[in-house]
Formats: sequence, structure tokens, C-alpha cells
Amino acid sequence: MTQQFYVSPEQLMKDRADFARKGIARGRSVVVISCADGIALVAENPSPSLHKIGEIYDKIAFAAVGKYNEFESLRQAGVRYADVRGYSYDREDVTARGLASVYAQSLGAVFTAEQKPFEVELAVAEVGHTQADDHLYRLTFDGSIADEHGFVVMGGLAEQVAESVAREWKADLDLAGALRLAVKALAADKEVDALPGSAVEAAVLDRSPESGRGSRRAFRRLRAEDITQLLAGEA
Amino acid sequence: MQDPSTGHLATQATSSFIEHLQRSRPELLPFTQALPAGQVPPAPHATTIVALSYPGGVLMAGDRRATMGNVIASRHIEKVFPADEYSVMGIAGTAGLAVDITRLFQVELEHYEKIEGTLLSLDGKANRLGAMIRGNLPMAMQGLAVIPLFAGFDQAAGVGRLFSYDVTGGRYEELEHHSVGSGSVFARGALKKLWRPNLTEDEAVAVAVEALYDAADDDSATGGPDPVRQLWPVVYTVNRAGARRVSERELAAIAGTIVESRAVAGREA
Repeated sequence: MTQQFYVSPEQLMKDRADFARKGIARGRSVVVISCADGIALVAENPSPSLHKIGEIYDKIAFAAVGKYNEFESLRQAGVRYADVRGYSYDREDVTARGLASVYAQSLGAVFTAEQKPFEVELAVAEVGHTQADDHLYRLTFDGSIADEHGFVVMGGLAEQVAESVAREWKADLDLAGALRLAVKALAADKEVDALPGSAVEAAVLDRSPESGRGSRRAFRRLRAEDITQLLAGEA
Repeated sequence: MQDPSTGHLATQATSSFIEHLQRSRPELLPFTQALPAGQVPPAPHATTIVALSYPGGVLMAGDRRATMGNVIASRHIEKVFPADEYSVMGIAGTAGLAVDITRLFQVELEHYEKIEGTLLSLDGKANRLGAMIRGNLPMAMQGLAVIPLFAGFDQAAGVGRLFSYDVTGGRYEELEHHSVGSGSVFARGALKKLWRPNLTEDEAVAVAVEALYDAADDDSATGGPDPVRQLWPVVYTVNRAGARRVSERELAAIAGTIVESRAVAGREA
């Protein structure tokens, strides 16, 4: 029988974390911004069908970077969790905090127990009646969870993009303003000033969907022409 | 939440909320309990629903009464619900089960939409509802039947369509109009005389309310318009723009006109 080499727990965790970080760093970034009209979720994503942003529940959305198959299975598990909870209790008992903590447990368990950690980073956003009631959670591959204020940036060049968002973020931005800021920030590492509408996937959690659209579901995916139109509009 | 790390995740994956519940939380389904032998105690029953099509859409209306034997169990019950953005359903039969089946059906459609990123086709929705009613068959054999009526706008074909069901889950597409529940015989008679092709949406709403008025006239389990409590039928229209609930104010005016015209006519029937 071959003897395994001793690896210290510190080294093991460090190797796993480095592995996950490398995987995430290869991906493109996602920006989630709280603004006056709601929460804007913007991703650099040339595919119109393989989404990085998804609806979870009435007021809750999901955004992810990293490996598609891994975050897609997490998204579906999140939808199942939310729908079961909302069906067995009540729709208003589904909260981003509950979902984020379940995600944190899943990610944490995979990070320590499985062959390889998930190479993903997630954001869970819940829109409130006022901006003060908005919740933004950021979850990393090892299951750590952070409660963010104002905006979340994840992905390959998160730090550069985050700096760019932080410079211009104001609480009273409208949706078009938030979208412009996000698109500009996502282009931070590129030669261009901003990404074209077709290279961007965007969605919004409307702050008052009942009065605006007569629906309790706040999540609304923006089509490519909506994005182009919003980006073109004068601030 | 199921463990997303497990390798058999792909085989577990389903876009159906009901299938997911059957696997992981069967006790939450309204129709899986095996009932012991014996008489089920009296429970509220939901009564009459009418639905009719008009150029550009369909509408569905239900009265506000639930009965339990000879007692009025509720004057406020709502029996017509939006199933999703482009479809509505109405229910007759055991109210407690029917309301839960409606809730489950609403989650089923929304769940599919979120997981798949696209809406189910109208036929797909109608089939899912049929499967749920079939699932309820053991309960129906104990006397707890639920009979739905389903209507929606078929975006592919650009028309409104109507579906009725039997207790075994059989699904039948209806043309022009249909009604279910205890007062359905009388409502159907009224619809036969009142419905005509080329109704406008407003006329169609008036026809539905009048059909329910006629049902309430002859069926004690169907409630008529109630000006004392300001209760009017629940009416939803579905057209290309989606499902919309007709406002109380419109319904009050329509019900008022019907009562007035009948009073003026002064006839017995």
C-alpha cells in the first residue's frame, strides 16, 4: 500500500482556495448595483441564452461568476428552495438572508469535503420598499458570506471594476444611470470606454412592481434593445 | 435544499415543482394522503364558474359563494385566480383542496418558467393541470372532488382558448363558452342565449355576469350580486396583453344594469 504524503490542513485549504480563485479569475465580471428604481444586475456575457443572472423569487435575484454548470445547479437549487419555502409557509417568508445562508452552507460543505471546490462566486440580491431595505449578499467559493452595501462586484478583475464603480456610485442613481455605470466599470480593463449592449446581460429587480406592472414578481430581464436604449438615453 | 455537489444531480433535475415535492416533500402535496375509510365531515364547496371566449381573448367569472350542505360557508370566497401572466383558472368542488391545488398549480407554472427561462405552452399548462386533477382522483372517490376550468391566451396561435376537465383528469378543449359547478346548468342555458360571436371585451364581461345572475336565480348554492355588502363576481380577462382582473367599480355598474333591466321587465323568469 502506498503511503500518502502528509499535507497540513493549512496547506490543503490554501491549495483549494488558490485553485478556486484561479478558476474564477478566468471569468468575466458581474456587477450588482442598488439604485433608486431598484437593483440592477449587469454581467458581461456575450451569450443571449446561457444566463449568469436569474430570478429566484418575488423580490430575490441571483448573479454568479465562474463555472456555468456549477452555478447553474446552485441557481436551480435556490429556485427549488425558495419555491418549497414559499409554498409551505407564505410568499413573504422567503428572504435573501435565508437563501444566502443555505448557499453558504452548501458552498462551505463542498469546499471542505469534496474532491474539488466550486469555482464560483455568487450574489444574492433582495429589493426592498426603500433603498435602506435592500439586501445584497456576496458568497465566495469557501462559503464565506458578506453583507454588502450599495453594490457588489465579482469575477476576474473584481478589484479594478469595483474601484471604478465605487468612484461614481451614488444612492440616487436611476436605472439608466446604474446601467451606464456598470457597463463602464465592466470595461475597466479594456481599451474601450464601455461595452456594447449586445455583450451585456442585464436584469432589474423593480422596487415597486405591483404599481408599475401589476405583478408581484420584481425581476425583469432587459432585452438587448432595452439595454441599448437605456445606455443611449441622456443622463 | 438538495446537495448540489452530488454526482446524480443531473438525473435529479426536474423542471416540475410537483415532481420535486413528490421526491423530497410528499407531505406538502394536497392530494397524496391516503384517507381512512369513513365519511368525510361536511366541508365548504365552491360553486359556479363560467368562461367564454371573445375575439382577442377569453374571460372567466365566478360567483362569491361557498356552501356547506344547506349553510352558506362563505360569501367572500374567490374561485377564479390568475395561473400565470397569460392564463387563469377557476375551481368548483371541495374548496379547501381546490384552493391548495390552485396555489400548487401557480407555483408549478412559475417554477418551470424560472428553471427553464421560458413559459410553458398553453397546451403544456393545460396538460399539467389535468395530471394534477388525476392525482386528486383518490380524494375524489372519497367525495372530495375538485373540477377546474382553465383559460388562457395561446401566444403561438394568437387566440384565447378554454379547457374543461373531468374528475379523472380528462382534458377537453371547449369552444365559445363553458361553465362548471352546481349552477352550471342554468349558467350554460343563459350563455347559449347571450353569447354571440364578435362580442367586445366589455360586452363579454356583461354576458358572464348575467349568466352568473341567472345561475344564482335558480341554484341556491350560487351567490348573486350583493349590493348590501358590495360583493360582485370575480372576473378575469386574458388577452394578448395578459390576465387582468376586472375592477369592482366596473362590475358594480354592470351588475346594477342587469338588476335594473330585470326589474323593469318585471317578468317572473
